[in-house]
Amino acid sequence: MTATQTIGSAASPKGAAAPSPAADVAIDCRVEKIFYGNFLAVRDSHVPVQKGKITGFIGPSGCGKSTVLRSLNRMNDMITGFKLEGHVHFMGQDLYASYVDPVVVRRYIGMVFQQPNPFSMSIYDNVAFGLRLNRFKGNLDDKVEHALRRAALWDEVKDKLKASGLSLSGGQQQRLCIARAVATEPTVLLMDEPCSALDPIATRRVEQLMLELKDDYTIALVTHNMQQATRVADITAFFGVDISQGGRTGYLVEMGETKQIFEEPREQLTKQYIRGEFS
Amino acid sequence: MSEARALQSSLLTVGAWVVAILASIPLFSVLYMLVFKGGARLAPALFLELPPAGFETGGGFGNAIVGTLVMLLIAAAVCIPIGVLSAIYLAELNPDGKVAKWSRFLAKVLTGFPSILAGVFIYAALVLAMGTYSAIAGGIALAVGMLATVVLTAEEAMKTVPRKMKDAALGMGCTRTQMIIKVVLPTGLPGILTGVILGIARAAGESAPLLFTALFSNYWLSSLREPTASLSILIFNFSSMPFENQIELAWAASLVLVMMVLVFNLLSRLIGRPKI
Repeated sequence: MTATQTIGSAASPKGAAAPSPAADVAIDCRVEKIFYGNFLAVRDSHVPVQKGKITGFIGPSGCGKSTVLRSLNRMNDMITGFKLEGHVHFMGQDLYASYVDPVVVRRYIGMVFQQPNPFSMSIYDNVAFGLRLNRFKGNLDDKVEHALRRAALWDEVKDKLKASGLSLSGGQQQRLCIARAVATEPTVLLMDEPCSALDPIATRRVEQLMLELKDDYTIALVTHNMQQATRVADITAFFGVDISQGGRTGYLVEMGETKQIFEEPREQLTKQYIRGEFS
Repeated sequence: MSEARALQSSLLTVGAWVVAILASIPLFSVLYMLVFKGGARLAPALFLELPPAGFETGGGFGNAIVGTLVMLLIAAAVCIPIGVLSAIYLAELNPDGKVAKWSRFLAKVLTGFPSILAGVFIYAALVLAMGTYSAIAGGIALAVGMLATVVLTAEEAMKTVPRKMKDAALGMGCTRTQMIIKVVLPTGLPGILTGVILGIARAAGESAPLLFTALFSNYWLSSLREPTASLSILIFNFSSMPFENQIELAWAASLVLVMMVLVFNLLSRLIGRPKI
């Protein structure tokens, strides 16, 4: 897949591409409102995800950071009652325009989930899954090896590619999922708390991997762990919860270079969160 | 204090053992009778020869074994596509819809449905229309009896495929259909097969649905559109005859039938074992 391909049909209306974002922005996410049924989950969050960088989403539980992340590749479409007001621009298209097929979006914007979730098939077939899905013609073995090397898993599994993906340890499974996601060479990788089910050593491994991957991929990372954000994220978006309207509505409090967010936050709320006054 | 408790514990253990042994007496006595009485006649001739007439000696029930297997095949061919597709609907496509709720309820009712009624139903629907008893009618009557089991176990098997695995498939850019074909069905396959094989094992022993649909035949199967022999009907017929030879054959046929069911059950265990 190359960046010149379009996500919508060739005849997509040009007018839908509203304010054109800066050139270094991979996904320009302008959420006005996200609803689950009548429940307002997220409001007023403009989150530009920069190309070739790791953008960390942090914030207390229920602040909508995962909701925003999942709306970037339309994974929320599966939830009944989900509705997004606003725009998500990617490669010159509004991902929520009516002509956009969410299935195609997900082939460009890959995802790694909180729980390692390899398919119950061999390690090889797990990595080849997306390639076969896209009817890849070429040397599958090379692609699989490349992806596994990319995910720093090759040396551990090269002698047992036929073994079930589920036979691996949790950390290995998560790296297998990363290999599976990068095998199709998506433009962007979304990672939804990818280390929350892993032990510290496996976590380090995956963090190391993220830093290696950002040369080739744009990464958006939700993390519940502030130290993780300081270790890997170039840019950090801090989300808060607004309870003033009665419900619990998440919104973007501030976003900036990770160093700035953690060392000299502009908002009082960010300061309190980083000091650990609430979580 | 602790001695009283230990005594109570051992009393209960002994009690549980006694009850367990009592409960298995019927099973083992049946098996013993089968092996003892049926085993005596067990010989290759049984599988190769036709059932004997009144005062004849020897004979076998090869045609009944063939008939049972053919009708099971027909039943599976009818039941598996319908059952698995319904299960996909129930588990994946619209699990909370009205149609799903009603079908699930009706399937549960159907599992407790008297099997003889499946036979009567197919008699009215098919045997009268075709004008003859047949292996086709027998197979379909067995399928009616199996269907509910297959639907419910296949649905259960697909529901055990974890949500996170389905999310992974969708996240890779699968459509819903691709997700079902590439991930849900292969992952749930052992469970689905277990349901199918258990359904077949149960159908193998059914006699009531076949009485009205396949009837019986003393000859080898030559067409699916003619009355067909089966082990269960042979046992039913021969066990009430006043001839020693036929009664022995009935015992041997029972042993063969139980062995078949046992093989099916073992198969389902083997296939249904989770593979990690």
